[in-house]
Amino acid sequence: MLGKLSLDAIPHDPIVIATLIVVAIGGLALAVALTKYQKWMYLWKEWITSVDHKRLGVMYIILALIMMMRGFADAIMMRTQLAAATNGAAGYLPPEHYDQIFTAHGVIMIIFMAMPFMIGLMNIVLPLQIGARDVAFPFLNNLSFWLAASGAILMNVSLGLGEFAKTGWVAYPPLSGLQYSPGVGVDYYIWALQISGIGTTLTGVNFLATVIKMRAPGMSLWDMPIFTWTCTWANVLIVASFPILTAALGLLTLDRYADFHFFTNDLGGNSMMYINLFWAWGHPEVYILVLPAFGIFSEIISTFSRKPLFGHKSMIVASGAISILGFIVWLHHFFTMGSSANVNAFFGVMTMIIAVPTGVKLFNWLFTMYRGRVEFSVPVMWTLGFMVTFSIGGMTGVLLAIPGADYILHNSLFLIAHFHNTIIGGAVFGYLAGFSFWFPKAMGFKLDVKWGKRAFWGWQIGFFFAFMPLYVLGFLGMTRRLNHTDNPDWNIWLYIAAFGAFIIAFGILSQLIQLFVSFKNREQLKDTTGDPWGGRTLEWSTMSPPQFYNFAVEPDGKGVDCFHAAKQNGTAYQRPEKYAPIHMPKNTPDGFLIGMLLTACGFGLIWHIWWLVIVTFIATIAVGIKRCYDNDVDYYVQPEEIEKIEGEHHAALQKQAEMRA
Amino acid sequence: MTAMTNSHDAHDEHHHHDTSKTTLFGFWIYLMTDCLLFASVFATYAVLFMNTAGGPSGADIFELELVAWETAALLVSSITYGFAMLAAYKGNKGSTLKWLGVTFLMGVAFISMEIYEFHHLITHDFGPDRSAFLSAFFALVGMHGLHVTAGLIWMIILMLEVKNRGLEKRTQTRLACLSMFWHFLDVVWICVFTVVYLMGSV
Repeated sequence: MLGKLSLDAIPHDPIVIATLIVVAIGGLALAVALTKYQKWMYLWKEWITSVDHKRLGVMYIILALIMMMRGFADAIMMRTQLAAATNGAAGYLPPEHYDQIFTAHGVIMIIFMAMPFMIGLMNIVLPLQIGARDVAFPFLNNLSFWLAASGAILMNVSLGLGEFAKTGWVAYPPLSGLQYSPGVGVDYYIWALQISGIGTTLTGVNFLATVIKMRAPGMSLWDMPIFTWTCTWANVLIVASFPILTAALGLLTLDRYADFHFFTNDLGGNSMMYINLFWAWGHPEVYILVLPAFGIFSEIISTFSRKPLFGHKSMIVASGAISILGFIVWLHHFFTMGSSANVNAFFGVMTMIIAVPTGVKLFNWLFTMYRGRVEFSVPVMWTLGFMVTFSIGGMTGVLLAIPGADYILHNSLFLIAHFHNTIIGGAVFGYLAGFSFWFPKAMGFKLDVKWGKRAFWGWQIGFFFAFMPLYVLGFLGMTRRLNHTDNPDWNIWLYIAAFGAFIIAFGILSQLIQLFVSFKNREQLKDTTGDPWGGRTLEWSTMSPPQFYNFAVEPDGKGVDCFHAAKQNGTAYQRPEKYAPIHMPKNTPDGFLIGMLLTACGFGLIWHIWWLVIVTFIATIAVGIKRCYDNDVDYYVQPEEIEKIEGEHHAALQKQAEMRA
Repeated sequence: MTAMTNSHDAHDEHHHHDTSKTTLFGFWIYLMTDCLLFASVFATYAVLFMNTAGGPSGADIFELELVAWETAALLVSSITYGFAMLAAYKGNKGSTLKWLGVTFLMGVAFISMEIYEFHHLITHDFGPDRSAFLSAFFALVGMHGLHVTAGLIWMIILMLEVKNRGLEKRTQTRLACLSMFWHFLDVVWICVFTVVYLMGSV
């Protein structure tokens, strides 16, 4: 009846039990609060069933921030364990628990923190930047979110029921095969990634159709804002690489569930095939993460330098070059596989060449600032911090790209330092910059500056303390995924790294306080005009938060920085004589239903509860068919209502103009 | 968000809202992701097909005559689907349903032969657990078969839709999506037939 599930599945580890109790209390408090303030229906009608890209974006970012907390909790446990377990001491995390922690940390931070953060920002901003009223397929967008949430739920259920994979976030076979990982850990890994990965593929399809088919009249592809462009390249990479992950996980599933022999040691299996497939997805994946961050920095540096971005076209081309090159470097993740010197040389050279378009970008940012009037706002601080930090990460990457050097540094902490250097210094700094830049647009009030700066310095200084020692440890020969050490030369660096983790903790704490303080002072911080920074692109021409239909009249999208141009020649904020009705999609519970059914289906697959799998799978298809037959999926907003909403926006703009005068 | 009182009336006034081009374009991108899924499994097959681990190779077990009939059924079904589309664009409901029906039967014939082949192999102890070659064979051919099965289920749903709602624009768009899907599976099958069966038999 319950497959492999029994009471033994509940872990006995005191750390896990304490965590579960805290989560239970938090969840209970949230439920009580929702009931007390009667917000359940509001949550259901306005958020869970919403097909509005802006609301879905906010939900993605909430998911990302929650997952960042959990991923960081894993990180600080690892750092403290390694600081405690020196000189042969055992520390406080036994190996079987520690192995799950480093696996969970990687999976959460890449799949459930960085991806939702990036997709969330893209959701909020991209349709606004191209002057569209929504994405091409609003229901599909809602479904994508719930598939991501479904994966995150399964991932977190593993904490309280059973175990998570102990294989590292890459889950290489044969270790991840049934023979060496007979438990449910790898199955949690497979289904959490598979379900959320399909959601990501659908997001890529959706946003590509959006930028191709839904741009404002007059906006050519070259006119698209740079953030939209970098997201578009990221979406090209998503649709080109996520199917490979789907295939790799699918084949691993067949190995584990149906006694296939793709990656086993016996009967002709070849585990290197998995590793090739995994990185044919995995390497484009890091560019999926970082390219939109590059776009965010570009928008910020241009806005706050009060200048157009230097080399808009070269930025687009450089992003495209990175995307294409990003697809032909995957083998550098396993130079030690034993392919021939020529093959390794090819992949090494391709990897180094990526530094060229990336260098183009850095110079473009520098030249944008040159002779600009740079305002040192919080987003700009993140951007400058990124330029320094990411450059170091890029250079150590070029070093690792040399196959000879890689043979020495492979699997050492040098590698760990390198990729945290690029992912934190590149992607995460970018998302946090974008978070403070577009927060007023999404929520209607600005973020507190003082706590924003504290958060930045916590992250920036903490990063250097936490990760520079790992470069040293790599050179000293310490390999990754060690549970305890016995080498006095390493101790001091492990202590410094743990110290750095606590400074980052201060940065994250500052961010939470910033949210709290900003929410408390939201009246003073209110953004009445919709254009708090003197923005250059179309998202700033809307209200903050934007009208649910985004634009009452389709804006003129001609030219780069078209909103800035419109403000200059006085054509911005024009009101038409009469508004036309606006076609909008209706909210629907179907995406949420499919997401939850697939969560249950995944749970059944993990625990071999076959009746649950069959029932939920059929129900999923049934909901999909029902959705296809649904005629009542859209409606028109009437001109009177648009008139009213637009009137408020124009009154606020008027008031602001008078105050300035 | 805003509750609309007279949404249906408003909807009827605005028939011009046509998203079919966007839908077809989006579906085309989806097909490209599906194509990469097949490409990944093809690559795996190419790497593993020689790893027979003492078991049979393709030449030992493939029955080309059966596969030729399978191929014929699927190729003909693409043509008959084309006739269904022509009828649908002309607004000829009866003819559309007739050709969809023929296509469906062809698809069922294809799947039946595939199931027979799989069953035959497994009962002779040449199942996917025998060797990496057979794992890759069953995964690649089986994945195509699952796609065809999904296409058949979708075809039933669309035949019901055509029957109940006629050939309005939205239904035509859906028929066009399934059409792309069906032809795509045909192209994939030509690759499977060539790479797996023909090249495996020499």
